[in-house]
Amino acid sequence: MNAVTTTHQHKTNTFKWLLKREFWENRGGFLWAPLITGAIISLLTAVLAVIGVARFRNSGVASDLQFNGGLAEHARQIGGIGDTALLTGISLTFLVLAFVVFFYALGCLYDDRRDRSVLFWKSLPVSDLQMVLSKATWALLLAPVVALAAGLLIGAVLWLIVGMAAAAAGMPSASAIFTHSNPLSVVGNALTMIPAYLLWALPAVGWLMLCSAWARTKPFLWAVLIPVLSCVMVSMAGILPGTSIDYGKVWYTLVYRGLFSVLPGSWAPVSSAFQDNAQRAENADIQGPADIMNLMNISNLDVLGSPDLWIGAAIGAAFIALAVYLRRWRELAD
Amino acid sequence: MNAVATNEATGAVVSARGLRKAYRNRLALDDTSFHIEAGRIVGLIGPNGAGKTTALKAILGLIPFKGDLLVLGMDPRTQRDELMREVCFIADVAVLPRWMRVREAIDFVAGIHPRFDRAKCERFIANTQLNPKLRVREMSKGMIVQLHLALVMAIDARLLVLDEPTLGLDILYRKQFYQRLLEDYFDEQKTIIVTTHQVEEIEHILTDVMFIRDGRIVLTSPMDEVAERYTELLTSAAAIDQARALKPIDERALPFGKTVMLFDGVPRQQLAELGETRNPGLADLFVAIMKGTYA
Repeated sequence: MNAVTTTHQHKTNTFKWLLKREFWENRGGFLWAPLITGAIISLLTAVLAVIGVARFRNSGVASDLQFNGGLAEHARQIGGIGDTALLTGISLTFLVLAFVVFFYALGCLYDDRRDRSVLFWKSLPVSDLQMVLSKATWALLLAPVVALAAGLLIGAVLWLIVGMAAAAAGMPSASAIFTHSNPLSVVGNALTMIPAYLLWALPAVGWLMLCSAWARTKPFLWAVLIPVLSCVMVSMAGILPGTSIDYGKVWYTLVYRGLFSVLPGSWAPVSSAFQDNAQRAENADIQGPADIMNLMNISNLDVLGSPDLWIGAAIGAAFIALAVYLRRWRELAD
Repeated sequence: MNAVATNEATGAVVSARGLRKAYRNRLALDDTSFHIEAGRIVGLIGPNGAGKTTALKAILGLIPFKGDLLVLGMDPRTQRDELMREVCFIADVAVLPRWMRVREAIDFVAGIHPRFDRAKCERFIANTQLNPKLRVREMSKGMIVQLHLALVMAIDARLLVLDEPTLGLDILYRKQFYQRLLEDYFDEQKTIIVTTHQVEEIEHILTDVMFIRDGRIVLTSPMDEVAERYTELLTSAAAIDQARALKPIDERALPFGKTVMLFDGVPRQQLAELGETRNPGLADLFVAIMKGTYA
């Protein structure tokens, strides 16, 4: 006994290495998917910009492009173009994120049971709780952070392309695209996506991870069919006389919150800021990009006050707890 | 608590009593009891479906089961996380994740295992064709096992469990595998449990053997006692009836009227009068004891 304890021992930081491990395995989804999407979109934008510049120069309409309300207002609207470019970049990577997180959560506790490598992970001193939590951390926190960083990078590239194109096309005071934009406000508001996403996507990610830990085969079918078919059955039960069920709520709870919540921004229906803006948009007099940005560039923190988000998060946490239990005792998948 | 104390005192690495595990309607472990001491290399040998893997999975805390089981004084069902600091296993060939590179595997195990000796692992790797950038999916089965073995041997575990570790490897890799294990890993503080169908290849390294059949341990014995207890007799037609009277547990005919018989507990001097005697091979003993398994 003594002889054993005196031999080589060193300090370990298990959770950090588990997170690294997830990144090694899923580099493609977490890093390359948003970057490659961004590269393709940037390239397309650049090509379109070149074509656009050539046409504008020939037609000479660029100099006519003036926003009403004097020079200051013109510059303000032009500045909105820069913000729009930045927000476009972020929106792109967040759209990609929805797919990445969906399939990552669905595979993360299933794939290694199928190829038997779970036996290797289980031969090491790593608890199932740590293992599952490291995966949930990537899906809910680190993947969105990477997506945001990649989105900002892409947004900056788009911004540069649009700015240069505008200048090349001879748009009046095109430099306002850089000088009259509000990147800090865009970035600040985008950062509020991170906590909102973590809590909002929790039920969907929890459900997908639960299916991933539970399914012996075809986790995708189980994860999608169980909520969808339940809703269909409830809806069909409505044919019976004397039943009054709020189908909308059932579909919203099971399918929208259970699956579609992996899409960043899908909390719009419960966001009061978003609802207010939707109201304002109907009445607003939208003159140019800056006005659109006023409606789009909003903080997401107000959803943190919605009971919907917190109830969903609690259910999601329960799903993940179940997934930990299944990870401990479930055998290999075939 | 008492059980734990006595367990540690007697130096038992594994002590199992009345293990039961049923899969659907088939019993994989049927009131299985056994005891493994420290510093032994135990071969757990049985026909397909006899419950070998189930027994190992129970020891490793991978499955729920009924009965009393202590591994290094811990219950693998409830104390698995602590247990895995002291126990390591190779479940099968080719369970290393296919996306992983050699470098990543070493970094990861070094990062999370307090008993992993990185320098030792790199020394083992240096003797192979593995290079740090190679991915598992690009390796042959033999190379995957080399990597896995290098990782496991660099972990100073008290119990190593090997379940068919050389399945599907060619003879060169198989020989090298066990050679490595004996020369560079095994010592009196360590215990190894191994299952395999290639009985002949491991019998010379085992200190103990356990035969399992239909979820029960049918023989458990140190190898030297096996040699004392069982005798193989090569006899000719003239002495055959006399030999049969001593109730051999197995008998098979050879060409030219010779017969080989296997005796359990018959004194060797007595048999020597009837023909040539020798120690039976583990494989022949296995076949004799498992007779009728698939009948």
